[in-house]
Amino acid sequence: MELLQQIFVLPFVDMVSMPDFLIQVVWEGFVAGVLYALIALGFVLIYKASGVFNFAQGIMVVFAAMALVGIHDMGAPAWLALLLTIALMGLLAITIERVVLRKLVNQHEAILLMATIGLTLVLKGVGELVFGGGTKSMITEELGLPTGSSDWEVFGGIVIFQHIDIAAAVIAILMVATLAVFFSKTRIGRALRAVADDHQAALSVGISLHQIWAIVWFASGIVALVTGIMWGARSDVSFALEIIALKALAVLILGGFTSIPGAIIGGLMVGIGEKLFEVYWGPIFGGGTEAWFAYVLALIFLLFRPQGLFGERIIERV
Amino acid sequence: MFYREAGQYKTSYAADQALLPILQDRIGLLMILVAVFVLIPLIATDFFLSAIMIPFLVFALAAIGLNVLTGYAGQLSLGSGAFMGVGAYACYKLTTLFPDVNIIVHILLSGFFAAIAGMVFGLPSLRIKGLYLAITTLAAQFFLEWCFIRIPWLYNFNDSGAIEVPGRKLLGISITGPLATPTVRYLVILTIVAVMTLLAANVLRGRIGRSWMMIRDMDIAAELMGIRPLYAKLSAFAFSSYYCGVAGALLVFCWLGSAEVEAFDINHSFLILFMVIIGGMGSLLGCFLGAAFIWVLPIVIRAVPSALGIDMLAATTEHISNIVIGILIIFFLIVEPHGLARLWQIAKEKLRTWPFPYATT
Repeated sequence: MELLQQIFVLPFVDMVSMPDFLIQVVWEGFVAGVLYALIALGFVLIYKASGVFNFAQGIMVVFAAMALVGIHDMGAPAWLALLLTIALMGLLAITIERVVLRKLVNQHEAILLMATIGLTLVLKGVGELVFGGGTKSMITEELGLPTGSSDWEVFGGIVIFQHIDIAAAVIAILMVATLAVFFSKTRIGRALRAVADDHQAALSVGISLHQIWAIVWFASGIVALVTGIMWGARSDVSFALEIIALKALAVLILGGFTSIPGAIIGGLMVGIGEKLFEVYWGPIFGGGTEAWFAYVLALIFLLFRPQGLFGERIIERV
Repeated sequence: MFYREAGQYKTSYAADQALLPILQDRIGLLMILVAVFVLIPLIATDFFLSAIMIPFLVFALAAIGLNVLTGYAGQLSLGSGAFMGVGAYACYKLTTLFPDVNIIVHILLSGFFAAIAGMVFGLPSLRIKGLYLAITTLAAQFFLEWCFIRIPWLYNFNDSGAIEVPGRKLLGISITGPLATPTVRYLVILTIVAVMTLLAANVLRGRIGRSWMMIRDMDIAAELMGIRPLYAKLSAFAFSSYYCGVAGALLVFCWLGSAEVEAFDINHSFLILFMVIIGGMGSLLGCFLGAAFIWVLPIVIRAVPSALGIDMLAATTEHISNIVIGILIIFFLIVEPHGLARLWQIAKEKLRTWPFPYATT
């Protein structure tokens, strides 16, 4: 009885009695959710265009951030480091398309998944070898990102907003808007959608699959870089981020593999949900629930809606 | 050359149904068995046994478990590391609660706990499949890992949070704990692995195994033909997790001697998946080839710089070995997506048609 009260009554009492704290928790979760959504966005871009489940997206985030900081450490000014990192991600996209994807066309999805896990190992090894395996701090100020925080007095309490978090949310919204325009208004964007719809039909009207794949991987690389900068600015940059990036997989399940709005809403659901659960229900379970909350949420969710929030309905014929 | 079935006639149904119908296969297997049971314990050093052979066998057993699920029943899983953990912790609890019962019994029993965990986390497979399922198995991985840390009862409220293997004896010889010699532990593992491989081979070609393969090839068609997906999928999860659980128990009791939760983390799940895919999905031989490849390769790579006399930091060799393994995985997937086992099959075909390679068989 006491346990039931602890689970079903007390957390809500806490929430209502300290609304400023609740707002703070939701805000923290929202920002984390934006970052999950960005990683998931990179997955969705690639999955839509090439049917590859890109396990390496998480490591690409870390790799991009590491490269940016590493190049800056070698003496390049921030703007040059940024440009060089973008160039590096472009080079990476072309290499992956040439060396890996082109050879694995039409293979089973598990094999493509394995190839990207192999890619994860390579990127991790190269990144650690070139830029060092230690923890680094992101060059937030050099990039012109705001630091500091503002307070907001509400309900007799104070809610603290880190400026970098606000910037992250704004940049994420801008990036999604840019992608939406890019997809619907430009020639390449339309070609991307054509490829996503039907590979063979796209080929037959003269769209180059190889080119499109390279562009998509490059776009994911840029998304990864932005995610890496934002994430790195909130905590430090290290290869341990990879485990956190795995949570984007749970986000994908919630949103569906092929839906960009799904990735965003799924990301926010996971981000806010896990923070609320950890703060209000976590102590009952002994804490540390953030490690599994996203996956268990996804698992329970899937039992009721196997195609995800916005996924296409699966119809099978024998 | 010498490998052909010409002239080997079968005169009974039993002979026709034999596990190894070709004489050369039987001789080959016998030679391998003699080598691993007699030759290796006699000549191998302790290092070779405890750093190469024992882990290789443990991972081969886990790979068989995952291969049953992924290769034969077509359900992709990323949670095998956690199921190994369930086996290990179950075995630890069992042997500390009932110290008088033989440890081998405990090791074999602990697999059942892993099987139950596997069935619970296999439930979503009834509604979802493919990559979606793979990600839900991550829920098993992270949730179980969390349990291993947060439930102190599992490691007997030990301050270090690790499970320490107590010394246990069989017929007066220590087989676990610090007193057991590598040779004894090797033989124990080898026996269990050999028996369980034989069991798996027979289950897989029997009624259950064939229902798994039907589910893999097309589940709706299989259902129309009278296979119950509920039973087929959950039994595959249970069987697979049983093998993983026993492998996990062996990993702690006969190899590491003590283990923390890191021994069952997601990287080990990936490691086992690598073994299955590199070795060959849907092949028992592939499990052994894959385990040997993935386990031995990093050891070789780490030994290369010192053998060449190059002075290199341990971290650097670690990174280089990561890169090389990653490249090799991609290379193998491109060259032979069906794994090392397929290479062996191709070699057998070549031997059969030698010296007339263009002859149609």
